Amino acid sequence: MKKSKLSLLLVLSLVLSMFLAACSGGKDNADGDKGKTDSKKKVSQELRLNIKTEPFSLHPGLANDSTSGGVIRQIYEGLTRIDKDGKPQPAAAEDIKVSDDLKTYTFKLRDAKWSNGDPVIAEDFVYAWQWAVDPANQSQYAYQLYYVKNGQAINEGKAKPETLGVKALDDKTLEVTLENPTPYFLELTAFYTYSPVNSKIAKANKDWYKDAGDQYTSNGPFKMVQWEHSSKIVLEKNENYWDADTVKLTKISMDMINDNNTELNMFKNGELDWAGMPLGQLPQDLLPQLKKDGSLHTQPIAGVYWYKFNTEKPPLNNVNIRKALAYAINRKAIVENVTQGGQIPAMAAVPPSMIKENEQGYFKDNDAAKAKEFLAAGLKDLGLSDASKLPTITLSYNTDEGHQKIAQAIQDMWKKELGINVKLENEEWKVYISKLHNGDYQVGRMGWLGDFNDPINFLELFRDKKGGNNDTNWENPKFKQLLIDSQTESDPAKRLQMLKDAEAIFMDEMPVAPIYFYTNTWVQDENLKDVVISGLGDVQFKWAHFE
Amino acid sequence: MVKYISKRLLYMIVSLLIIITATFFLMRIAPGNPFTSEKKLPPEIEANLNEHYGLDKPWYVQYGDYLVRIVQWDFGPSFKYESRTVNDLINDGFPVSLTLGLEAILFAVAVGIVLGVIAALRHNKWQDYTAMIIAVFGISVPSFIMATFLQYIFAIKLGLFPVARWETFSHTVLPALALGATPMAFIARLTRSSMLEVLSNDYIKTAKAKGLSRGAMIMKHTIRNALLPVVSYMGPLAAGIITGSFVIEKIFGIPGLGSHFVLSISNRDYTVIMGVTVFYSILLLVSILLVDIAYGLIDPRIKLAGGKKGE
Amino acid sequence: MQQISKEKFQIVGVKASDAEKISKPSLSFWKDVFIRFRKNKLAMFGIVLLIILVFMAIFGPYMTKFDYASNDLMNTNKPPSSTHWFGTDDLGRDMFARTWQGARISLFIGIMAALIDFFIGVAWGGIAGYKGGRVDEIMMRIADILYGVPYLLLVILLMVVLGANLTTMIIAMTITGWINMARIVRGEVLSLKNQEYVLAARTLGASVSRIMGRHLIPNAMGSILVTMTLTIPSAIFTESFLSFLGLGLTPPLASWGTMANDGLASIQYYPWRLFFPAVLIALTIFAFNVIGDGLRDALDPRLRNKE
Repeated sequence: MKKSKLSLLLVLSLVLSMFLAACSGGKDNADGDKGKTDSKKKVSQELRLNIKTEPFSLHPGLANDSTSGGVIRQIYEGLTRIDKDGKPQPAAAEDIKVSDDLKTYTFKLRDAKWSNGDPVIAEDFVYAWQWAVDPANQSQYAYQLYYVKNGQAINEGKAKPETLGVKALDDKTLEVTLENPTPYFLELTAFYTYSPVNSKIAKANKDWYKDAGDQYTSNGPFKMVQWEHSSKIVLEKNENYWDADTVKLTKISMDMINDNNTELNMFKNGELDWAGMPLGQLPQDLLPQLKKDGSLHTQPIAGVYWYKFNTEKPPLNNVNIRKALAYAINRKAIVENVTQGGQIPAMAAVPPSMIKENEQGYFKDNDAAKAKEFLAAGLKDLGLSDASKLPTITLSYNTDEGHQKIAQAIQDMWKKELGINVKLENEEWKVYISKLHNGDYQVGRMGWLGDFNDPINFLELFRDKKGGNNDTNWENPKFKQLLIDSQTESDPAKRLQMLKDAEAIFMDEMPVAPIYFYTNTWVQDENLKDVVISGLGDVQFKWAHFE
Repeated sequence: MVKYISKRLLYMIVSLLIIITATFFLMRIAPGNPFTSEKKLPPEIEANLNEHYGLDKPWYVQYGDYLVRIVQWDFGPSFKYESRTVNDLINDGFPVSLTLGLEAILFAVAVGIVLGVIAALRHNKWQDYTAMIIAVFGISVPSFIMATFLQYIFAIKLGLFPVARWETFSHTVLPALALGATPMAFIARLTRSSMLEVLSNDYIKTAKAKGLSRGAMIMKHTIRNALLPVVSYMGPLAAGIITGSFVIEKIFGIPGLGSHFVLSISNRDYTVIMGVTVFYSILLLVSILLVDIAYGLIDPRIKLAGGKKGE
Repeated sequence: MQQISKEKFQIVGVKASDAEKISKPSLSFWKDVFIRFRKNKLAMFGIVLLIILVFMAIFGPYMTKFDYASNDLMNTNKPPSSTHWFGTDDLGRDMFARTWQGARISLFIGIMAALIDFFIGVAWGGIAGYKGGRVDEIMMRIADILYGVPYLLLVILLMVVLGANLTTMIIAMTITGWINMARIVRGEVLSLKNQEYVLAARTLGASVSRIMGRHLIPNAMGSILVTMTLTIPSAIFTESFLSFLGLGLTPPLASWGTMANDGLASIQYYPWRLFFPAVLIALTIFAFNVIGDGLRDALDPRLRNKE
C-alpha cells in the first residue's frame, strides 16, 4: 500500500510539473522569435497571411463582407484606387471629367488587360454595374450602386437594368450619370462593388466566379490561381496588369484559419508573415505583451464603437440621464486597460480621420462632475430623489469576450461614479441584432465601420427614426435637414461645416455614447514594407515587398 | 435478424423525420435570418432575397420543399458561401473529418482499453492508480484546452509538429490526440470498472481453476464481456467524432465538417443547418443500430429481435 | 463398515434458543457498504478533498478583502502575490475571491448534473433495457432524436423563450445530458437481465422495481459511477459554454469553466489565470473518481470477501 501511494504521488507531481512547464516560459519564446525574424532574410517575394474564413463570394458584385473584400481588392481594380495617402486616384480610368452640376462623370479608360489578356473595355463596367443592381442577381450590396441614376428603381424592380445611368460611349469611354450630386463619388468608384467584370466571359458562363481557373479573370495587381474552399486561396502577380512594374510580390497565400491564437502562433513559428487585422485578428489578451516586445503595429481606422441608447425606453428617454451615462465612462481606462489596442477614446461620432477636431470631441472624457450634474438634473426631471430609484438599466451586448469585458468595465464605472445599477445581458449574435433592430433593448453595444471616407457615412444612420441602422428611435428635424442640404452643397468647406453642425446636434442629444474609435492591430514580418492600409482599414498589397 | 433490421430501418426513418421536422421549426423560430447583419439591408433587397430563396412562401410549402430535396439528396445552396452548395460543403468536409475522427477513435479505443485492462488486472496497485491519474487528467481537461496545450508544447515549444493546417499526416497527429483524449480516458475508466465486475464472475473463477492461461483468459472471457458499456458509449460518440469537432477544427485550422454544425447555426444558414443535421443524424442512427447489433455479438444472451412482448 | 459408538460424540451444548442466535452482528447492505468504504483510504482522501473544496467554496470568498466583482483597471493580470494570492484577471479582479466564488457555481452545477444524470438516465435506460421490445424501441428513439437535433439551436431557442436564468440553464444542461447514461445503463441491463439470478428473482415473483433496485442497478453500478464522474467536468464546461452564449451566469459572476475559458487565451503570458481553475477542476474530478471507485468496490457484492 505504501509503495503504491508513493508512486501515486510521483505520477501526480509529474503531471503537475508538466502542466507548470507548459504554463511558464512564455517569455523566452517571445524573445526567441525576434532572432528568427531577423535571420530569415527573405529574398523570395511570397507573402503568407490568414483571412480567417471562406469568403462569401469572389464576385465583386456579390461580395458584401470584409473577407471577400480583402481578396477582391487585391485582384480587381475599379475606376479609381485609394492611393498610399488615402486619396482616390485614377486607376482603370486614366482621366476623369465631372460636369458642373456634379451629376455626370466621364471616365476615359486606360489601355489595360484582364488577367487572360482580354482588353478591359467600358462595356465591362456597364455589364458589371447593371448585373449588380439587377434584382435577379440577389446582390446584397446592390445599394452601393444606388448613387447611380436609377440604381434603386432597378433594384426594386421598377425599372429595367438597361436604364442604369452608365453608358459605354465607346470601348474606352464610360459615362456615368448620378441620381444626386455625390461629392464623394470618386471614393465610391474605388469600392469593389464598382469593379468591372470581364463581360465576355461572364455572359458566356454565369458560374465563372465560383472557382479559380481560366474562367476567373481579374484586372488588378494580382490574379487568383488557386481556391481550395474553406482552406486556402493563392494569388499570383498578374503580369497583364497595366502597372505590373510596381508590383513586387510574386505570390500571396491566404489561409483560412478561424482562431486568433493559432494565427499568432503560426506567425511566431514562421508559418505566416502577417497576423492580425485587417484580414485576421490577434488575441486581445496578448496585445499588451506584443506591445511590450515592440512587435505590435496599430493604426486608427474609420470606425467607432458605441453604446446605443433606446431613446424611447425610460429612463433613457431623458437626455440628461443619457448624458450622465455617457460622461461617466472612463474611456481612457478602457482603451488602455481593457481593449489595449491603441484605440482612441471617442467623444464624437465621426472618426478623426474624417474630422480632425474629433480627436478632442464634444465633451471631456471621464467627466464625473459633469456626469453627476446631469444625473441630478435627470433625476429632477423624473421626480426621483436618488439614482437607486431609477428603473434598472439593462446593458446588452452580443456574445464575445471583448464586448463582455468592456460591458463589465462600464457596468462597474456607472455603479461607482453614478450609483446606477446595471444588469448585463449577452445574446447570441443574430438574436442580439434582431432585438436591437426591433428596438427591444435599453442600452446596446454596436460598432460602425465606414464604407467610404466621408462623415455622412456615420451621420446618415440617424437621419430617420426608422432607418434600418438607427436603432435608437431618435430623430431630429434640424439634424435631418442639415444632412439633406449637405448632399447638394458643392463647396466642400461649407458642406463639411454643415455636417459638423449636424454632429453637434447629435452629440448634444446623445442618442449614443461613443466609446472609442477603432484601430487595426497586427504583427508582421518587419522586412515587409509598403503595405497600404487605408483610413477605412482596407489593406492593399499592390506596393508591398520584402526587403 | 433481417426482420429485426428492417423494422429498425423503419424506426430510423420515423426518427429522422422527427429530427428534420424539429430542426426545421426550431431554426425558423429562432430570431434572425440568413440576411440579418450588423449593417441592415434595405428592405427591398431583403424582400428580393427572401423571394429568391423561397423564404417568403408559407412554412408548409417550404417544409415540403425541404423534404423533397432531402429525399433527392440535394440540400440546396449555402446562404453564407455564395459559390458553394451544401452538398459541396459535405463532400469536401466529411473526408477530412472522417480521417481525423478515425485516427482519434483508434487512439482512444486502443489506449483506453489497454489502460483499462491493465488497471483492472492490477486493481488497487500502482498501475491502477497511474491509469487513473491519466484518466482523470484526460477527463478533466476538455478538448479545447488539450488542443491549446498540445499545440503550445509540441508545435511551438518543441517544433515537432506544425501549428495548424491540414496537409500531411503530421498535421493530423495533434488534433487527433486532442480529440481522442477525453474518450480515451473515459473508455479506460469504463473498461476498468466493467472488467472488475467480469473478473469476479464465477465463470472466470472456473476458467482460472481450470488452469487456463492468463492471457487466454483475459482475451477470451473478460475483455469481450467488459466491452459492453464501451460499445454503448462509442456508438453515438463515433458519429459525433467522424463528423468533426468545431473547436478542434478551429484551433488547428482544419477544413472539416465540424465547423459547419456551429457556424451554420450562428449564421442562420438554413440550408446548411438542415444538410449537416440530416447527414449527422443518419450516421448517428446507423451507428446506434450497429451498437445494438454488436450487443448480440458480444453477449449472445442479449436478444433484441426476439418477441419480448410477453413481459 | 465400522460401527461408531454414540459415546464418541459429545454434546457441546445446543439449546433450542441458540438456534436463533447469530454469532456475527447482522449488517444491513448499506451499513456493510459504508464499513467497506471507510476502509478504502484513497476514497476517504477523496472525501476529505471534497469537504475542503466545499468548505473553501463557502468561506473562501470572505478570506480575502477583495470582492470578486470589483474591477481595478490599474492592476490587471498581476501574478500571484501576497496581496492577490491567486493573482488578478484581465479586469484586475482578485482571482482568489473569484476562484472560490466560482467554486460554488461549478460544484453546484457538477453535482446537480451528476444527480440528474443518475435519476433520469438510470431510470430511462433501466426501464428501456428491462422492458425491451417496443418500449425499449420507443424510449431509445426519443433519446436518439434529442441527440440528433442541433443542441446549439435548442439552447438559443430555450433562451429566447424562457429567458436567461438558472432554471433555463439547468434545463439546457438536462435536455441531452442524461442520454449517454441511459444508453450505457440500457446496454448493461440488456445483458444482466438474462443472468441466472435475475431469472431466478423473476421466477420467484420479485417486482420490477425490486429486480431493478436490488439486482440490475447495483450490478451496473461500476459503469454508472464512471459515467457520473465524467458528467461532472462536462457539465462544468457546458456551463461555461452556456454562459458564453448568455445563458445562465451573467458577469461579473464567475465559474471555473468560464475562468478556465478566459484564461486559456493568455496561457503563454498569464498562466495563473488558467492554472487555478484548471487544477481545481482536476482535483474535483480526482476526488469524485476516487470516491466513485471506492463506492464501486464497496458496492460490488462479489468483492465483499476479498479483503
